[in-house]
Amino acid sequence: MAETEVPRSIPALLERNARRFGDRPAYREKEYGIWQSWTWAAAEEETRALAMGFLALGMRKGDHVAIVGRNRPALYWAMVAAQSAGAVPVPLYQDAVADEMAYVLDHCGARFVVAGDQEQVDKVLEVSARLPGLEAIVYVDPRGLRRYDHARLNALADVQAEGRAGRQRLEGELAARTAALGPDDTCVMLYTSGTTGRPKGVVLSNRNIIATARATCGFDRLTEAEEVLAYLPMAWVGDFIFSVGQAYWAGFCVNCPESAATMMTDLREIGPTYFFAPPRIFEQMLTSVMIRMEDAGALKRRLFDRSMGLARRVGRALLDGRPVAAADRAAHALGDLLVYGPLKNTLGLSRIRVAYTAGEAIGPEIFEFYRALGINLKQLYGQTEASVFITQQPDGEVRSDTVGVPSPGVELRLAESGEVFYRSPGVFVEYFKAPEATAATKSADGWVATGDAGFFEEGTGHLRIIDRAKDVGRTADGRLFAPKYVENKLKFFPSILEAVVFGAGRPFCTAFVNIDLTAVGNWAERSGIPYASYQELAGHARVLDMIAGHVEEVNRALARDRMLAGCQIRRFLVLHKELDADDGELTRTRKIRRRIIEEKYGDLIAALYGGMDSVYTETEVTYEDGRKGHIRATLAIREVATAAAPAVRLAAE
Amino acid sequence: MTGGGEARPAAEDRRIGPAILEMRNITLRFGGVTAIHDISFDVREGEIRAIIGPNGAGKSSMLNVISGFYRPQEGEVWFRGERRRRLRPYEVARQGIARTFQNIALFQGMSVLDNIMTGRLNLMGASILAQALWWGRAEREEVAHRGKVERIIDFLEIQHVRKTPVGRLPYGLKKRVELARALAAEPRILLLDEPMAGMNVEEKEDMCRFILDANDEFGTTIVLIEHDMGVVMDLSDRVVVMDYGRKIADGPPETVRTDRAVIDAYLGVAHG
Repeated sequence: MAETEVPRSIPALLERNARRFGDRPAYREKEYGIWQSWTWAAAEEETRALAMGFLALGMRKGDHVAIVGRNRPALYWAMVAAQSAGAVPVPLYQDAVADEMAYVLDHCGARFVVAGDQEQVDKVLEVSARLPGLEAIVYVDPRGLRRYDHARLNALADVQAEGRAGRQRLEGELAARTAALGPDDTCVMLYTSGTTGRPKGVVLSNRNIIATARATCGFDRLTEAEEVLAYLPMAWVGDFIFSVGQAYWAGFCVNCPESAATMMTDLREIGPTYFFAPPRIFEQMLTSVMIRMEDAGALKRRLFDRSMGLARRVGRALLDGRPVAAADRAAHALGDLLVYGPLKNTLGLSRIRVAYTAGEAIGPEIFEFYRALGINLKQLYGQTEASVFITQQPDGEVRSDTVGVPSPGVELRLAESGEVFYRSPGVFVEYFKAPEATAATKSADGWVATGDAGFFEEGTGHLRIIDRAKDVGRTADGRLFAPKYVENKLKFFPSILEAVVFGAGRPFCTAFVNIDLTAVGNWAERSGIPYASYQELAGHARVLDMIAGHVEEVNRALARDRMLAGCQIRRFLVLHKELDADDGELTRTRKIRRRIIEEKYGDLIAALYGGMDSVYTETEVTYEDGRKGHIRATLAIREVATAAAPAVRLAAE
Repeated sequence: MTGGGEARPAAEDRRIGPAILEMRNITLRFGGVTAIHDISFDVREGEIRAIIGPNGAGKSSMLNVISGFYRPQEGEVWFRGERRRRLRPYEVARQGIARTFQNIALFQGMSVLDNIMTGRLNLMGASILAQALWWGRAEREEVAHRGKVERIIDFLEIQHVRKTPVGRLPYGLKKRVELARALAAEPRILLLDEPMAGMNVEEKEDMCRFILDANDEFGTTIVLIEHDMGVVMDLSDRVVVMDYGRKIADGPPETVRTDRAVIDAYLGVAHG
């Protein structure tokens, strides 16, 4: 069979799909209130017309073509069209400000920019004086741009029309350039935002993308019948893998929402079968369900609570295909008819076969809620440098605290420090124009450092990521110390907003806790606890009792884990003020700044380790208008019970 | 390449046609009060024309004369080269003059979509019976009209509230829906009575963009009343300034801005 040969590039896959799935939908976009759709044959025609138009505009082999805008079929075509013409697509974050955009455009030396709308065109024009290499801008939505100077501005539809008109002249050249594309040619270049320094351009080859897509489509048995909703930024590697790599490999349909604001409605209308969302989105969906249930009548609420209780008990077992008693099975079927089915339908998740979440830790309750409903939500662990997939959870082996087993084709190894290294066909080629950075991340034989520390769980072989490698340390007696892992566990309690755990080089672990004013305030109101200020509430004995209970619960969970048993918290205090970005204690994205907190609250840390049961402190605060002030407080320090680590791992739970 | 700020051309480059509307010596009295005193001005096809003035200057009355709601005691209104007969407001609307109101006048209980659809009533030809049965011509018409309305929804970026009852929307969005309904009538002239009143800076900027884009995209001639001088100076091609029912200035924003009479009217000199 001719089809057994693996296509060598994304444009080659497009040709294959047009032949094999010609009449099946490839793209849909909601516009003017209706889902407009394009078959694979139509998508190929649109892409080829655009590619020939690009040739007419003078696009050369190896040019960089920046693409910026919300997820729209035309922008996906632009990426593939650029590849067909031998150029390299570089998708950018659409919410980047003009300056950030200028850096990337300049760094990759983009000759062309394909922009979604006027807003993006304006940003490019604003910095175009600094970009001598920029030749032309192509825009999708002409709205508001009609009267702009068009010397170097082109409507995408016009570029396509020009391509179609010049077919005779351009067809041969395009065919030659597309045919010349091999597995080692660049497929896409993605800039990683990175927490420090300038963004780096990660070069991914056709081999990276196709091998990864092929392996992972096999892992989850993705077929041409899948439906996905493309709503995450096009500049993010995940979107490229899901909406281009896997979509082109399996031949499934990519649906683009009408606008960012209509995402939830569009999700419901499409009912995707394959879905990715960061934990934040799953959390929001759950919150909206819970709020609506609170407003529902007593009968509905009881029905919901009972059904969810049953689902929590047996839903996961059913999903994993484990045996379930006949009576529970029958009750679950009834629940599906009355509660789970309608609920999933409301959320747009009725048809989900495979859903993934990644990026940060997901709360176990949230994760279990979706699993209990019968939604196959799984976790994966990935990086741009790996073409996303490093590990993922196979069906039937899904848990909230692991990130799964190595994806097919991925080799993993752990360094002495616990840092995770991987090697796979998806490993990036290089950082663009940064050989030192490439060498620092990727070894000569292809091993890449993730910067994350983790360990393999005994028995299952699942990887567990515990923290950033640089934050992982050892306690004074040499046991593993992973602050973020413990902090995340604490933060899963609604009453805890932030936590900072100390213990590196210390005899035991201690913690600062910030209460969540909304959650704890509500609780106080319901329990009849009067309070006048944040500080008073934070210092209230019953609040401290509650937090102590949470800490003990975390300790019990940690004790079950041989590797992390040393991270149990022995003493803690509740801070008298919220950690705040204005005081430099958090970053703007709400990540805690350990060093600054350690310095600023040195007296409190000393007290935690000094054996006192209270401590007086004065803290400087910055008000919203920039004025500074001091707050004084006497904080109680609580001792909590720690559990002994079991000698042998007990059977699950 | 030119910077973004310069990309929008000045008024001279735009296709501004001959006068489409002429107000000739309009005088409007309510009993003994003369709201408008012998005012003449014209509106050219495709331009954005502002009427400004202090409170009580007669701006809204002037808009009501144009829309046919008030009938002036003296003077003539010439529309597209013809002297306008005595018309009812709906007949004026049918001629292609649509408006929005200073105080939002939408159907609060109806969805955004249905509200905008009402803007197309004048363009629907099927009989009441056919519409009630949703049969034949009525069905075909509704589909076509829905298509046009969807384009306007897209244009004004209100897709996310398409099916939301208007009563539940925040103020700024209601204003946008009102503009959408007026645009749905495919007017030749759009009258906007204080489109930015009560809006915050961001909402004002959005509204400015929509007005400019509507003028650009559909070639709609726009007559607007506005208090925010910054907005008026940015948006309009020509400005009529009224004070106590009289016209005190007329011309492009940069001329009007420096006009002595205008400065006096706004800064308030002692009126003798």
